[in-house]
Amino acid sequence: MPLLEVEDLARQLEGRTLWQGVGFALNAGDRLGLVGPSGAGKSLLLRHLAWLDPLQRGRILLRGRSPTHWTLPVYRSRVAYLPQRAIAFAGTVEHNLCQVLGYASHRGQAYAEQRLLGWLRQLGREASFLTMAAERLSGGELQLLALLRALQLDPEILLLDEPTASLDPASTGRVEDLLLQWLAQGQRACLLTSHDAAQIERFTGRQLSLTP
Amino acid sequence: MSAPGALPISDGRLALSALLILVNVLLSGLLRLGLGRSLLLAAVRMVVQLLLVGTVLEWLFRQHDPLTILLLGLVMASIAGVSAVQRTRARFAGIYANSLLSVLASSALVTGLAVGGIIRPQPWFAPQYLITLLGMVLGNTLNGISLALDRLMEGLTSRREQVEARLSLGASRWEACLEVVRDAIRVGMIPTINSMMVMGLVSLPGMMTGQILQGATPAGAVRYQIVILFMIAAATALGVVGVVLLGYLRLTSREHQLRLDRLRTNS
Repeated sequence: MPLLEVEDLARQLEGRTLWQGVGFALNAGDRLGLVGPSGAGKSLLLRHLAWLDPLQRGRILLRGRSPTHWTLPVYRSRVAYLPQRAIAFAGTVEHNLCQVLGYASHRGQAYAEQRLLGWLRQLGREASFLTMAAERLSGGELQLLALLRALQLDPEILLLDEPTASLDPASTGRVEDLLLQWLAQGQRACLLTSHDAAQIERFTGRQLSLTP
Repeated sequence: MSAPGALPISDGRLALSALLILVNVLLSGLLRLGLGRSLLLAAVRMVVQLLLVGTVLEWLFRQHDPLTILLLGLVMASIAGVSAVQRTRARFAGIYANSLLSVLASSALVTGLAVGGIIRPQPWFAPQYLITLLGMVLGNTLNGISLALDRLMEGLTSRREQVEARLSLGASRWEACLEVVRDAIRVGMIPTINSMMVMGLVSLPGMMTGQILQGATPAGAVRYQIVILFMIAAATALGVVGVVLLGYLRLTSREHQLRLDRLRTNS
């Protein structure tokens, strides 16, 4: 059974059809690139997959069960969506990470500092990153924070909207390596958009083209 | 000294008091504030509305039927519920019903308890007590509710990305909106707390002034004022919490989505 099955999604915006008949399946290890011109509704599709907007038609199944069946907080911690604009909460990076673990849907999950430090090393960051005030982070650092904050929840699927748009090429490479390693560690898959055609070519195994 | 009561104000002297508005009109003209028309309109409205209310209250205090009095209370509460919404900058379907429900429930509960348990007039529906106390409670609840509603809608809109980021990380809608909800409730309750802080020092409440002019002892009038302020505080808190929670439920979904598409900004 595929991890995620998406059937016949459609979206209209102010009477205009953005996309329709969107369907695909994600199996363990899949890296799917979502491509299409600006304004094609790529971000909107990711929002739908995260169930942030009501579905106009079609259905989504995670391991054969609908999001409402999982209950949405559980579904969303398994299918983690990282919006294009990374959002930090008030406080330090560490506070951002811990706060999320306090949600009822993550009961039983503890803050794993060693694992985080390992990830930070891989990303070329010092441990002091954890004590930085989130409002002082640069755009690229915010994207790293958002990635770590999602990864610590052990999601099965990552929905990444331009995850490295604010990062330099070296950091982008490190993020891609970390993602590959994460993918190899279990039944996992990811869906990614990028304005960088080379990244799509390099990182994703196949592409889904979004056209009206 | 004759029976208690303030010195009557004759028609001529009442007209004399209207000359005071000339101070405002003159200033507006000198400084070119452009307020002349609105000032005069406001002054005329104030006089007409109060004279009408005087007549209505005179009629009301002759009523001995609890049903008539309760019905009037209901009408007053409904007007308060509707006006609370009319001051907000955005709307959603059901906002009027939410506001009505919150105002009615909170003011009925608090006024009922205070009149039945604390002041205990004979008969219990004596309009001098029931209607005047209800009016004071409603005026303040209305204020709190409209501030809180406005803040809730503004907060969810301006912090949409934060709220949705929390949802995306597995927060329930309650966990995601808690900060905004708390903020809205706080904003709705602050004016009441502030006014209690300076009560008697900066402001002498109108009702107390009125009672004293009518011959009540200041000590007695103060006691009424204390009861009323507690009533206002309780009713405002209940009304504000009610309207904020109902609004939160309406602007989110059972599927833990933020539904700002249900919001319409007033043009």
